[in-house]
Amino acid sequence: MASTETPDPWGAAQAAPAGLETGSQPSPDSDPILEVNGLVKHFPLRQGIVIKRQVGAVQAVDGVNLQVYPGETIGVVGESGCGKSTLARLLIGLETPTGGSIQLTGREMVGSSGAKLKAMRRDVQMIFQDPYTSLNPRMTVGDIIAEPLEIHPDVVPKNKRTERVRELMSLVGLAPEHIDRYAHQFSGGQRQRIGIARGLALNPKLLICDEPVSALDVSVQAQVINLLQDLQNRLGISLIFIAHDLSVVRHISHRVAVMYLGRIVELGEKEQVYNNPQHPYTKALLSAVPNPDPSQRGKGNQIVLEGDPPSPANPPSGCRFRTRCWKAQSVCAEVDPALEVTSSGAQAACHFPGETPSRPGVAA
Amino acid sequence: MTIPTTGLTVPADSGQETAGTTPQLRASVLRTLLRDPVAAACLAYIVLVLMMAAFAPLIVKVSGWDPYEFDQSAIDANMGGIPLGGFSGSHWLGVEPGTGRDIFARIVYGARASMLIAISATVLTTLLGVVFGLLAGYFGGRTDMVISRVMEFLMAFPALIFMIAVLSALPADDRQYLLVVVISVFGWPYLARIVRGQTMSLKQREFVEAAVASGASRSTVVFTEILPNLRSTILVMVTLAVPGYIGTEAGLSFLGVGVVPPTPSWGQMIASSVNWYSVVPLYFVVPGTFLALLVLSFMVLGDRVRSVVDPKGRS
Repeated sequence: MASTETPDPWGAAQAAPAGLETGSQPSPDSDPILEVNGLVKHFPLRQGIVIKRQVGAVQAVDGVNLQVYPGETIGVVGESGCGKSTLARLLIGLETPTGGSIQLTGREMVGSSGAKLKAMRRDVQMIFQDPYTSLNPRMTVGDIIAEPLEIHPDVVPKNKRTERVRELMSLVGLAPEHIDRYAHQFSGGQRQRIGIARGLALNPKLLICDEPVSALDVSVQAQVINLLQDLQNRLGISLIFIAHDLSVVRHISHRVAVMYLGRIVELGEKEQVYNNPQHPYTKALLSAVPNPDPSQRGKGNQIVLEGDPPSPANPPSGCRFRTRCWKAQSVCAEVDPALEVTSSGAQAACHFPGETPSRPGVAA
Repeated sequence: MTIPTTGLTVPADSGQETAGTTPQLRASVLRTLLRDPVAAACLAYIVLVLMMAAFAPLIVKVSGWDPYEFDQSAIDANMGGIPLGGFSGSHWLGVEPGTGRDIFARIVYGARASMLIAISATVLTTLLGVVFGLLAGYFGGRTDMVISRVMEFLMAFPALIFMIAVLSALPADDRQYLLVVVISVFGWPYLARIVRGQTMSLKQREFVEAAVASGASRSTVVFTEILPNLRSTILVMVTLAVPGYIGTEAGLSFLGVGVVPPTPSWGQMIASSVNWYSVVPLYFVVPGTFLALLVLSFMVLGDRVRSVVDPKGRS
């Protein structure tokens, strides 16, 4: 039984079981695989019937800095519409950034095209959210997994491709003899495994998982997450794991980035962020996770944020969270807080990080 | 949604959630169709008509009568040209009232005109429809706007009146080619509109994005990701288009702006039989039956083909 004094509902009850922690540890000393600096993506808002003029922009991603080191998993969390998926699409090259830079093993991805971009795309692959739409219904499993190999013919010679596909299928826990089946003949979890096999076909250095388990049944979620962890241990790839499920992110990630309205508001080691959140938004987000102990429910340690998230087309001045923050002072409206190292060791973008002053009306 | 901590002990490689059906072989479409008696019958009739069209001169030699040959001995001149007999050894399907031309020979040659025009028009419309539909759907924006406006214009246009006007105004020598062109120009927007809509929705699907993210070129995306998913749509539209164009050709010939006499065509035969239907119903029944069966066969076959090529339709 967790005591009522525990300020964090993530106490002992949620600690990840021993023995399932990732074996390979990230190596922050080495050079990052991916380095994102000041990444900006604004979607223009146009008005007018014949002559369209720009009346504003949805600031989906607005100044994101992130480093991903070899063999580590970064979890990205945040509510719907905070720009998580746009970030993933920018990193994979499905969207062109408005500004900033994306460096993949030292090579600049923004602005490159043609053969150069194609070569870079080999190193970053993506696993999509919905296993029902991410597989072409007209292709057999073998064709789906082999497709990246066809696009990059120099990775595996033509006569070895079937062998490679079979190898990938057994790697992700699919029976290689099902190579000639169509995607609709598989269950949701198996389909996501096919998506993972496709993502791994080119031996990428970085795998971006955009909510890979949110369309799956809870029991299958655990299998897919463990598969991803297992693959990371075996292949040493880095993962960017996007989810809105905090416990899933806690289980798989080494580091966690919390996003709010297109920006990273807190970034740190998993324990730092989960056990000692510095940014008030992180705190509110973590407090909203349902407590597995029924006797603790409704005990008032949940922070309920007021209002709705502001429109990304018209974000507030200064700190973007200030309109819903109980700590907001006049400085928050004037100065945009930078992402700085706080007392917990994690970086947070807040003028008043940490515990004080506590929100009035929140029971201790 | 949270994953229960106890659930995390599920081993990673216990992944055989379900055992599906037996491995599926890509059985030949034709073989599957031939096993279906109805589809086989339709296919047989279509092949028969195609053979008739292809080997018309040879067949006519066997039956003994040329389509342009007048047989005055087979009609009763005193009765206004009523045929003396129905089906007979010398005239297999009887003779035309008034002229005595052999109906069988004219049906065989008429198949030539019908099939040639319908198939060429289908090929041309499919080509135009798929290309413009894909262009409009995939590129969107200004390309889509221009193509869509053209399609709307053509679909709103009174096509039949235009066809009658153009075909009767232009020289009759190349009527057959002209028919194909005119039918195709007004026919492609119906396919293109559907292809455009499906392309637009397919473009947004994650499997297309997955291919783009892997570095696939535009042509790879269009030809390996989008086009195969349009296959059943195109197939259905094509199988509906063939009988439609056979009907259009027959209709235009019936109205007198199609195939020019004396070249035989089924529509033209039906047109000329109208004057005789109460006296010589056979003259109306023969080409009508051939035409109706052909249209029916194409439609039924199209439906069967679709259920075979669509992997979701297979169990």
